[in-house]
Amino acid sequence: MSSTERAAAGTADYLDQRTGVASAVKGFARKIFPDHWSFLLGEIALYSFVVLLISGVFLTMFFVPSMGLMEYEGPIASMNGQLMSEAFASTLDLSFEVPGGLLMRQIHHWSALLFMAAIVTHMMRVFFTGAFRKPRELNWMVGFILMILGLAAGFTGYSLPDDVLSGNGLRITDGVVKSIPLVGSYMSYMIFGGEFPGEHIIPRLFTLHILVVPALILALIGLHLLFVVLHKHTQYPGGGRTDKNVVGFPLFPVYVAKAGGFFFIVFGVLALMGGTMAINNVWNYGPYDPSPVSAGAQPDWYMLFLEGSLRLMPGQTEFVIAGYTLSLNVLIPAVVVPGLLFTFLAVYPFLEAAVTKDKREHHVLDRPRNVPVRTGLGVAFLAEFILLALAGSNDLIATHFDLSLNAITWVFRVGFFVLPVIAFWVTKRICLGLQRKDRELVLHGHETGRIVRFANGEYIEVHKPISDEERWLRVNYDAHRPLEIEPREDSRGVRRKGFRKDQALQALSRFFYEDRVEPVTPAELAAAHSHGDHDSLGSAEDSESALAIAGAPRDAAPAPDQQSDDHGHMS
Amino acid sequence: MSTHHTSSDITTTNPAGTPERFNDPGIPEHRSRMADRDPKAAKRAERQVVVLFVISILGTIGMLVAYFAIQPDGTTAGTRNSNLALGLGLFLSLMGIGLAAVHWAKTLMSDHERSEERHDQRSPDEVRVAAVTALKDGAEDSGIARRGVLKGAVVTALGLFPLTIAVPLIGSVGNDWDVSKFRHTMWKKGTRLATDPAGRPIKASDVTIGSVVHVVPDAPEEERRTHHWITEKAKSVVLIVRLDPADLKEAEDRKDWSYNGIVAYSKICTHVGCPVALYEQQTHHLLCPCHQSTFDVADGAKVVFGPAKRPLPQLPITVDDEGYLIAQDDFNEPVGPSYWERLK
Repeated sequence: MSSTERAAAGTADYLDQRTGVASAVKGFARKIFPDHWSFLLGEIALYSFVVLLISGVFLTMFFVPSMGLMEYEGPIASMNGQLMSEAFASTLDLSFEVPGGLLMRQIHHWSALLFMAAIVTHMMRVFFTGAFRKPRELNWMVGFILMILGLAAGFTGYSLPDDVLSGNGLRITDGVVKSIPLVGSYMSYMIFGGEFPGEHIIPRLFTLHILVVPALILALIGLHLLFVVLHKHTQYPGGGRTDKNVVGFPLFPVYVAKAGGFFFIVFGVLALMGGTMAINNVWNYGPYDPSPVSAGAQPDWYMLFLEGSLRLMPGQTEFVIAGYTLSLNVLIPAVVVPGLLFTFLAVYPFLEAAVTKDKREHHVLDRPRNVPVRTGLGVAFLAEFILLALAGSNDLIATHFDLSLNAITWVFRVGFFVLPVIAFWVTKRICLGLQRKDRELVLHGHETGRIVRFANGEYIEVHKPISDEERWLRVNYDAHRPLEIEPREDSRGVRRKGFRKDQALQALSRFFYEDRVEPVTPAELAAAHSHGDHDSLGSAEDSESALAIAGAPRDAAPAPDQQSDDHGHMS
Repeated sequence: MSTHHTSSDITTTNPAGTPERFNDPGIPEHRSRMADRDPKAAKRAERQVVVLFVISILGTIGMLVAYFAIQPDGTTAGTRNSNLALGLGLFLSLMGIGLAAVHWAKTLMSDHERSEERHDQRSPDEVRVAAVTALKDGAEDSGIARRGVLKGAVVTALGLFPLTIAVPLIGSVGNDWDVSKFRHTMWKKGTRLATDPAGRPIKASDVTIGSVVHVVPDAPEEERRTHHWITEKAKSVVLIVRLDPADLKEAEDRKDWSYNGIVAYSKICTHVGCPVALYEQQTHHLLCPCHQSTFDVADGAKVVFGPAKRPLPQLPITVDDEGYLIAQDDFNEPVGPSYWERLK
């Protein structure tokens, strides 16, 4: 035994005697994780959060969260003598006078944008593959709350430099808060410690941004990952992958290297962005002053949808009722619309579970095409989100493409209602089409382009049968059916309690599963191979011969007569 | 095939001997990589990994050299150079490690897929029973069910104690909670209109037709350097425009609110409070750059497009003896965004 080995053994012994760590190492070291690029999206979110913590700690060493006014003295000549808050002045100092300060600030801002982008795309992956199904519904909720906290972290951090741009963002927040019935004015006072902007908001946001929100995010990330360990990771469908196993590579060494390396790659890319791409040059905007505002101002991307929502709402919807002002022109776009969007995200797993009545655990992911309505709803949601984000840039679209701002706004207003419906319908149709194509491929195999002429003059194209793996991928799914419910009255003619609720659930279930494409069964495949004679569908003989074809892997195309078929097998 | 057989949908019959579902073909056969078959390729991959780690080491050294060599000199260009050098050094330092580790894992570590069993999340029945028993026994031991007063006392005490933190916090967090301050601005009878940000009083004769001036109440220099001023300014900013009196449509009761075609409107948008700052001379339209509410200055600053509902509040103005523009009074309504008790 070498001396290093002896030292390692000694340390391990010391730790184990005090912590029993050996059983944890035994359990985790060779734990299996499945491999897929889309599993990296959540990792990017995690790693960009770590980068946020590292760069954020650096920034707190130099940032002064104070609204106390001071005269600027420093390297930016144009601002010398200008009155500004200490927050803004310290932002300039840490950017221009602390070596590496600007780099850390830019890395921090880029990481925040990437953090939200990774969260959103990770959520999309989870949504479209049905990874939120039992037993992971609670973890979906944890992830959803993390997304909201990410927005809160971004919002509170964005305003800290106390520049004109973020100050106007705060002012919009103040206007939105004031629109809330009954308590709006008091909530505005609560946030700003009196009238806007007051002298409390920056220190308050600072505490939220560096303490409360990150602590919550950290705790929930812990819970999120604990759930991942408890449930083990989901896996994409494929040969040998079932709901009872997990197929992949061991944590140590493969994922220690891959995932650990990926952290450095994410950090490296963010460093490159921070080093080469300027972001939020607050010295161009100037310190906050309630008077100026710049045209073409945009919030960070994840807030654009709220901005767009505010821009689209027509102003006619403000009412005065019994002397009290109800600002629906603000309340609907800033509170109701995002409320509905977020509620949809939060409750979707429970909604789908209710209309599916599926109590099994699912660990093999869905191919999005195999759940057309879910995929359609997801795309409709995204379409709405993107439309609102574009509406939040309608002034830039107008100036860049030389279009009428009013016309663009009207197009978006109509699109707000129409686009999700179209997106849903088109996506659902595409999914059903893809499923039919899968059936076609399973039943008839690949087209080869090889045309064969029979002695009797008949021409057919030879189809190459698909491999077992290819077939398995396309037939191994459940096409859920609409719910069946108990009749209104029981056998003695007594009206049943809860019938109406069941009926509503059934209607929803129909919406989900009325249109569906069933996977090919071995019997159908057998029939497809049985020389086009549909009457022989039930014949044991034929299906046996067809099964022989379906079973063993073959290299050469079978005889043409076994492959010829018409196209009448769609269910 | 689905397990729901109650549906009336026609499904294909299942001939004897045909299985219900296809068989799982199992984990695909492992394909060995170049480095698995050829020791030379493995050696090459190892060298590549080493080179990547070396790049990282050089990146770290480069970053440290840049830190000491390129001190920010205060100029924008100097800061940019320092930022670029530090950023590239950090990038190489991190990216080298990242790519090395991933390349190592992909080329040299075992890529044989393994399968591990999963177990249901649900606890076995006997564990569930034991858990329920444990809770029941504990509750029994505490006697909570039998001692009703005690239960009430515990719940009440625990329910009330958060008030000791919540009440002082909520009581103080909103300052004096006097929301009637929204109603008033610094404008009073006789307050001179001054330019923003210079603070020079404005002579009516200096305002030419078609011009637009950003205005604040005239105030001494010391006052304008306080926090109080920023909060008051947030309500008091005004925009004056001089129009050809022929273009100006004025309500009967506001005929004397303008002076010589000069009208003064609050600059705070009635939507959510952005400063309305973009004036279009040809159309007399005032556009809010935040959400594009558009107001017609020639017609009482009424909303012509966008999410705002109400016109911008008008500041009644006139001139004093020296010809300077002055306010006749404060605004006659709260400026800025709507709120519940705005009209009360």
